[in-house]
Amino acid sequence: MQDVIIAMTPAMIAAFLLFGWRSILVTAVSVISCVFFEWLVRRILKRPCSLNDYSAVVTGILLAFNLPVSIPIWMIVFGAAVAIIVVKQFFGGIGQNFVNPALMGRIVLLSSFPTQMATWTESGLWQHLNPANPNLTRLQSFMGVDAVTVASPLHELANYQGSESLSELPSLLDMFLGRRAGSIGETCIFALIIGLIYLLYRRVIEATIPVYYIGTVAIFMLLIGKFDLTYLAYQLLAGGLFLGAIFMATDYSTCPLHRKGKIIYAIGCGLLTSLIRVYGSLPEGTSFAIILMNLLVPLIERYTIPKPFGTPKVSRLAKLKQMKKKEA
Amino acid sequence: MHSLSTLIRNVVPFARNSQGGVHVAYKKSTHDMPVVSMPAPKKVIIPLRQHIGAPCVAVVKKGDYVAVGQMIADCQGLGAPIHSSVSGKVKKIADYPTTQGMHTPAIEIESDGLMTPYEGLTPPNLEGRENFLAAVRQSGLVGCGGAGFPTHVKLNVPSDKEIKYLVVNAAECEPYISVDNRQMIDGSEDVFYGLVKVAKFLEIDTVVIGIEDNKPLAIETMQAGCDKYSKDGLNIRIHALPSCYPQGAEKVIINSALDLAIPPGKLPADVGCVVMNVTSLAVLGKFFKTGMPLVSRNLTVDGSAICNPKNVCAPLGVSLKEIIDFCGGFKEEPKKILMGGPMMGIALDNIDQPVLKYNNALLCFSEEDRNENFGDEYPCIRCGRCVTVCPMKLMPTSIKRFASVENTDQLKISGVMVCMECGSCAYACPSNIPLVQYMRLGKSILRKEAAKK
Repeated sequence: MQDVIIAMTPAMIAAFLLFGWRSILVTAVSVISCVFFEWLVRRILKRPCSLNDYSAVVTGILLAFNLPVSIPIWMIVFGAAVAIIVVKQFFGGIGQNFVNPALMGRIVLLSSFPTQMATWTESGLWQHLNPANPNLTRLQSFMGVDAVTVASPLHELANYQGSESLSELPSLLDMFLGRRAGSIGETCIFALIIGLIYLLYRRVIEATIPVYYIGTVAIFMLLIGKFDLTYLAYQLLAGGLFLGAIFMATDYSTCPLHRKGKIIYAIGCGLLTSLIRVYGSLPEGTSFAIILMNLLVPLIERYTIPKPFGTPKVSRLAKLKQMKKKEA
Repeated sequence: MHSLSTLIRNVVPFARNSQGGVHVAYKKSTHDMPVVSMPAPKKVIIPLRQHIGAPCVAVVKKGDYVAVGQMIADCQGLGAPIHSSVSGKVKKIADYPTTQGMHTPAIEIESDGLMTPYEGLTPPNLEGRENFLAAVRQSGLVGCGGAGFPTHVKLNVPSDKEIKYLVVNAAECEPYISVDNRQMIDGSEDVFYGLVKVAKFLEIDTVVIGIEDNKPLAIETMQAGCDKYSKDGLNIRIHALPSCYPQGAEKVIINSALDLAIPPGKLPADVGCVVMNVTSLAVLGKFFKTGMPLVSRNLTVDGSAICNPKNVCAPLGVSLKEIIDFCGGFKEEPKKILMGGPMMGIALDNIDQPVLKYNNALLCFSEEDRNENFGDEYPCIRCGRCVTVCPMKLMPTSIKRFASVENTDQLKISGVMVCMECGSCAYACPSNIPLVQYMRLGKSILRKEAAKK
């Protein structure tokens, strides 16, 4: 778990550079409340203390990464309570949760407080670095208090009419470095990819899920956008796709154990994300897609149990014949 | 390079799965120490059950004089005869506790210190298959790799099964143990003598010697032997196995060396193979040459609590305490004593145990080593490492769940009976879950269920 925290550090630094001090505040509140609730529930239920596995810290950081920087503090605490108490501890603690706690926290917040959860703030500090921007004073931008409220790129992408309408959108480089509106941790793709490389290097996760997830979305968007590569690039870089594919979908407890299952699960995540983005009424589908696939994991596992070593391969036809023989 | 190939394998659909396994530390500090023989012990206690099957029946009486190599107990049914490892007087025949916590009859022999060989020892008559099998039985050999399966039973392949390959298991994949390595370097002649005979009588023309690639010297020595003995239609080759535990497991070595998979519940003979440990072949070779049966075992004595780690040739039945004293005794207070390697060895609660035919190592660890991978059990986080490393492609964490709730239906589907208890899953588990014990629990649940019906 410490490795996951280290892998999220680049994204945290990016969040600070992009959104200012308040991003640190949001993260800190989220982590502290997650840890507090974990301790509290374990204590009330008279279970051994589980803080030393750091899973509550990871949940806290992931929850914060999924929130807009302007969110009221008490809402973060509420989200953390849902994530830790309801999703995680009610089902038996680490390894037993059936969906990703941080994502469930985000979804409950999104359904309960749609306005606050969709108030996107143009990221702050980087604008200060741009002297051409007269709107913000140094201090204001640094504190992120008076930032300009804007629409998220995904909202604009929903009305995408071809590359000439791009003036509304940030440039692709800005999208990659995270200079756009969005949740705290999702915008800087560069930092997330550094985290991915670290996780792969340390063998915390396998590349299977991120590659298949992002790959499925890419193929889908390529077909929907009629091979418009700009559209594809914006779709991939916008929203929480990378955050979801790298840090959420790969959550041990809520993804299949076996590689075959992981591939099915990741393709499902990719398809659902794309379908929600293109045809759904919501602009972003990552969190719902992952939660839905989390729920399907037991079913996927059931059909992808690996055969013990050396089990002879029986074709489907032969199996049918066997069954018929038994019936007869 | 290895991690890159893993990375690619993880994303390529339908990529051939690797055989699993874990990378364990080498730690074979004794790998360049030739085997040294122990002096004649004062007494030996030879248990009459040193194999899979029923205990042997003593053919000597209290007070009899026996010599080295004289048969003192014969088997009835599955088993192998047992020979005296010293010359001296039979002191008593009584029940002794074993490492498994049971009692088994044993013969206690008081040595006269002379180690006089038995007069009746002559090279066996190897004319024809019947005589050959009788000779193998007479050698008292059981699988020296640790299983203890009587070799003459293994070599007596039913006539409806055609054997095409002899696989020589020289992987020695467990850390610390290096006696097979020394056998190949110092005694390859014996190995090849036995090997050629076995191949001849089983009518095998292809012999594959599987050696892990971390033993270059052994590979070199054996290669010279391969070149020398590959004639008259016999083809002997060496297959360098990747150094990845458990390459020495029967099913794994066949898969690595010959690309054959043994179906669950089947034996190597079902895919046309016979697997023999390299030390077993050396014992056979020596027996065919001189008629001296299996009366001593090479053991690696190592571990952080041992003063002078050594490869020791110990007479069967000598107490472990004497062997440890021969190696300079304990340097520190031992906290864990293992009979066998650190992955599959049996923990002992005392060292007043005799050496058995299938022992290959005696490891004594002090406090620091014991705690290296020893801690509290945490909940399963479903990381899937046990699934990735399982060489039998099982799902240990699911089996653990089924076993703890005694779900027999799911246990049957899970294929737990295929598990060979190699311990890779428990080694890879970040939560310190004793998965091997859960696998054993699962197996015993299924056995009980089968016994009910």
